[in-house]
Amino acid sequence: MVKPSRSYRVFQGVNGVVLTLVVLVTLYPFVNILARSFSGERQIRAGEVTLWPKGFNLTTYKIVFQDAMFWRNYGNTVLYTVVATAIAMVLTTCYAYVLSKKQLKGRGVLVGIAVFTMFFTGGLIPNYILVTSLGLKNSVWAIALPNAISVFNLLVMKAFFESLPTELEEAAQIDGLSTYGVLLRIVLPLSKAVVATMVLFYSVSFWNSWFSAFLYMDHSDLMPVTVYLRNLIAGATGGGNAGAATAELSQVGASIQAVTIVLTALPILCVYPFLQRFFVSGVMLGAVKG
Amino acid sequence: MSTSTTSAPPGTQDQPPARAAPRRGKRANARTSWRRALRRDWRLYSLAILPLLFFLVFRYLPMIGNVIAFRRFEPGGSLFGEDWVGLRYVRMFLSDPTFWQVFRNTLWLGGLTLVFCFPIPVVLALLLNEVRRRSLKRFVQSVSYLPHFLSIVIVAGITLQMLASDGPVNHVLGLLGHDPVRFIQEPQWFRALYVGSEIWQTAGWGTILYLAALTTIDEDLYEAARIDGANRWQQIWHVTLPGIRPTMITLLILNVGTFMAVGFEKVLLLYNPLTYPTADVISTYVYRAGVESSSFSYAAAIGLFEAVIGLVLITSANTLSRRTVGTSLW
Repeated sequence: MVKPSRSYRVFQGVNGVVLTLVVLVTLYPFVNILARSFSGERQIRAGEVTLWPKGFNLTTYKIVFQDAMFWRNYGNTVLYTVVATAIAMVLTTCYAYVLSKKQLKGRGVLVGIAVFTMFFTGGLIPNYILVTSLGLKNSVWAIALPNAISVFNLLVMKAFFESLPTELEEAAQIDGLSTYGVLLRIVLPLSKAVVATMVLFYSVSFWNSWFSAFLYMDHSDLMPVTVYLRNLIAGATGGGNAGAATAELSQVGASIQAVTIVLTALPILCVYPFLQRFFVSGVMLGAVKG
Repeated sequence: MSTSTTSAPPGTQDQPPARAAPRRGKRANARTSWRRALRRDWRLYSLAILPLLFFLVFRYLPMIGNVIAFRRFEPGGSLFGEDWVGLRYVRMFLSDPTFWQVFRNTLWLGGLTLVFCFPIPVVLALLLNEVRRRSLKRFVQSVSYLPHFLSIVIVAGITLQMLASDGPVNHVLGLLGHDPVRFIQEPQWFRALYVGSEIWQTAGWGTILYLAALTTIDEDLYEAARIDGANRWQQIWHVTLPGIRPTMITLLILNVGTFMAVGFEKVLLLYNPLTYPTADVISTYVYRAGVESSSFSYAAAIGLFEAVIGLVLITSANTLSRRTVGTSLW
């Protein structure tokens, strides 16, 4: 305490080392997977691949690119993401707009209906039976409809609509626009930022999801690419008959898994800079509004 | 309902507001204003129809659907089962040794996750807060958020690759003269594997709310503490930590609430029959019993049990924190 600045400098040094370690530990697996995806089988098997590809080759990329099922499933992911995001956006925007009208009678009840589902849900089995008996299995609806509104996104959007000046909407109403007209021609054009954020939130979550498809799709040509990847992993690590054959398979699988991981993560990594900024401000908003 | 239609917004002049006489009591008043509200805002209400239908069908119907835990369910039959069987399925799982095993595993994984994944973001946020170079701080944050945005399938895939017998971890062990460890196939490693990958995936993201809370602490408090002769540690202890205490407690309550629902998808992706002895949790058992073996009522009974424990946990954590520290979620 005689020289506080000195002990603080020591602390700063230690802090820098710790945070550097955090960065290294977080990044290393990504770099390693990327290196593996360009490496030769033998080098991966020998555990030689660390930060840089060893025995550089594109064979595995060629194998995966030539796999018709991979492209089929990649296309499915795009399709499911687009359809589910579109449905989610329509429903979320409508409800958020209704909830943002403070003078609306029954608004508290409408908010409560949504928020309660954050604390209690039906559970896996009743949901499964419901989707099955509605005949949604093996269709995009099994993925899109049960996840059409995320209450968190709803609250973020509601908060944004509430922040818009009411005078604008009143003026438009006096000029003869109906509620629908006000929403479509006044509110939405003013809300491009929040709409873009919500599209990003929803499409990332649908792109990343795998379990609904795993649960409700019966044929491999209906699966999204996440399930394709999951099946690769499960095939390689299924310990049921963990003999020499499985060990061999897991070796062959290693570089294919790496390539598939890279290709599945690629779109997310491309939007990551935007994603991060929007998500951070969205989380703050959601946390305040809870 | 916090809102009432006492002040008439534009467009309601056609309805004389004084018609509902106050002496006719609250009920009549409410009825009239409902009719007025519907007439005035029917377009707004019409926008809510489809979303309400969504909540009704896909959120509330499954809640009611839990009654099949007390009814016999026939595949292809009614959503709510055929006839009442009382607590038959509850008795069944209570006497099922597999149930007790998955129950213990759930407590273990939930407890370890709570012990490790709750404090690490606090520490990380405090460390990040001490970084004076903004660019450096932002870089560390950007990197540590990254795993949060990737599919859990990718996270599981990376975890398994890192710990595979030819993976980097075993490579390092080899350099230290250690035999390769079969992390993925050995039951005793599953808990470490699960918690480790959970920390890797969530620690950075978990700092967000704490960093936000840290920015709201008044600089004058640090000034005052410095004048009183507090050193860096004392400032952290007496100013920073009390400043983020409400956030910590809120997140702790939420963590306790999700204690039983340990990462179902992650366990499903990381485990295999060899690691069932430590890896199988209530939700994965529900999945296998219900979806794979078609014992829907039995699985629903276990699932309901899990949900009720979760609800009890979050409610008691909330009450406890309101009574002791005065912070609560509701």
